[in-house]
Amino acid sequence: MERKTVFEGKLLPCLLVAPQLLVTILFFFWPAGQAVWFAFLRQDAFGIRTSFVGLENFQDLFADPLYLETLRNTLVFAAGVSLIALTVALLLAVMADRQIRGAGLYRILLVWPYAIAPAVAAVLWIFLFHPQIGLLGRALNEAGLPFDYKLNGTQAMLVVILAAAWKQVSYNFIFFLAGLQSIPKSVLEAAAIDGARPAYRFWTVTFPLLSPTTFFLLVVNLVYAFFETFGVIDALTKGGPARATETLIYRAYIDGRVNLDLGMSSAQSVVLMLVVILLTAVQFRFIERRVHY
Amino acid sequence: MATLDLAGIRKSFGPVEVLHGVDLAVRDGEMIVIVGASGCGKSTLLRIVAGLERPSGGRVVIGGRDVTALEPAERDIAMVFQNYALYPHMTVAQNMGYGLRIRGLPRAEIARRVGEAAALLGIEALLDRRPRQLSGGQRQRVAMGRAIVREPKLFLFDEPLSNLDAKLRVQMRAEIRRLQKRLGVTSLFVTHDQVEAMTLGDRLVVMHQGHAAQVATPMEVFERPADTYVAGFIGSPAMNVLAGRLAEGGRAVALAAGPVIRFADGPRPGAEGEPLTIGIRPEHLRPDPAGLPLALELVEPLGSETVLHGRLPGGEALVVKLAGAAPREGVLPIALPPEALHVFQAGSGKRLDPAPPA
Repeated sequence: MERKTVFEGKLLPCLLVAPQLLVTILFFFWPAGQAVWFAFLRQDAFGIRTSFVGLENFQDLFADPLYLETLRNTLVFAAGVSLIALTVALLLAVMADRQIRGAGLYRILLVWPYAIAPAVAAVLWIFLFHPQIGLLGRALNEAGLPFDYKLNGTQAMLVVILAAAWKQVSYNFIFFLAGLQSIPKSVLEAAAIDGARPAYRFWTVTFPLLSPTTFFLLVVNLVYAFFETFGVIDALTKGGPARATETLIYRAYIDGRVNLDLGMSSAQSVVLMLVVILLTAVQFRFIERRVHY
Repeated sequence: MATLDLAGIRKSFGPVEVLHGVDLAVRDGEMIVIVGASGCGKSTLLRIVAGLERPSGGRVVIGGRDVTALEPAERDIAMVFQNYALYPHMTVAQNMGYGLRIRGLPRAEIARRVGEAAALLGIEALLDRRPRQLSGGQRQRVAMGRAIVREPKLFLFDEPLSNLDAKLRVQMRAEIRRLQKRLGVTSLFVTHDQVEAMTLGDRLVVMHQGHAAQVATPMEVFERPADTYVAGFIGSPAMNVLAGRLAEGGRAVALAAGPVIRFADGPRPGAEGEPLTIGIRPEHLRPDPAGLPLALELVEPLGSETVLHGRLPGGEALVVKLAGAAPREGVLPIALPPEALHVFQAGSGKRLDPAPPA
């Protein structure tokens, strides 16, 4: 049921959308526009002289081997986070979808991590993985496996991936569960009668029918890994050791806030912005092609 | 192709028992229609045969093999669902071939069998489409096709026609019957529609509150209903029920509405004055100047026939179906032909047949 309200005159409708527009312009377009503008400027560290340098910031950026290293880190990080968060969430959702005693409680517990602030979550992971005070960290070391994510880059990457993925599992779980529950039961029963065992049924019927959900979540997870994991990384490793866990968003922060190179930081922000726009476009383009049943 | 035997099937959901011990023996190639109002347990019974529900008691035997403990996949059955349950992401051909693919048949063999089934159902042109591009009737055919290609021992139909419009339903009904006869596959068909039941079934199982109230051929169910529930369920308009008492040493019934009618088929056992329920179908009632005065309340002219609703002296409701036109109001004298009476015990509602000659 769509109802169209027709206003007389233009003042009232303009007034009605004004607050929304104002907020968007003030808090989104303005800073974004400034970032784009800053990307073409170069400032000295004290902000006294500013000069227009055109695309020089971008040229420097892509000529910087450390930036390319950061890009590689980001791709490994995003792929790891998405893969783990999606796989674990799907597994949990499939198990929670079965008729089990206490399913409601089980589902609520699984949703909880999403409500935990990134910094708090990071502290929990420190208590787990810290080589001296962490439960798991100490156990690993005592078992003869040298584990110190503060020294070993690979281990550090593993820890931030785990921490970031853990936070995203809840979100994915909710969507996977909803997706599973919208699959008509009779379709699965038909497959069972056709002779399909549970595992085969899952891969030939359930998983394909979940693919719109999976695709949506993949994009959401990539966006999350790219842009919303600053808190986890900052609290756990601060990009270290030796930049091993420095992602694009963390590098933009370091260059802008720590190194006070606003032009460089802005150029990185613009690159990130383009990535978001691309991911969002992909999502809008393909999310329409849902399976209808 | 196989026989199906159900022995004492019980099913409880929590504390509620919905099936109270159903027995049924289906012969090879027979089409059995399970009919009943919603909530009578008919779908549950079908799902137990399919293996989608576990019975709380009793045994399911298909082709002499006890399958009670087996998964649906191991029972070699095919089922057509009410909402068709086609796989939305597969083409029609893939839908139909899914079961064969699982059995590991060679691709050429699958294509051949799918093609044959499609030809049989007239859906060859649809093989590359997806279910959402099909109409309700076409989806129904694909669901049938998916069942046919597997060449199962048993077809199960769970109200497959109830999502179709009236015209298509009549057409598909005839088609299902033709197909079933041609393939000779033992079938169970669940419906709440008595017309479907009467036209499709070799035999009917009339379910009532978790019991099989009657298992018999459609005509037998119509002519000799086993109890007042079956009598009221099959036939339209429903059979009239009148209160009466056994009279003249079992040879007659004294109706509460007045007259004493002698049974045409012999005396009933029982004590004088035992309460009875007398059933008589609306189409068996005839106007007769010497009959009971029926005060008309509502007249429904249907063209070729007229349905009259009225009350007898004493206030009992009576429905009469007459051929052609009829008076619109007033009082119509109605005769109750003795040979058309159905006699039931008032308490249990069970049919009361004449005592065999001693």
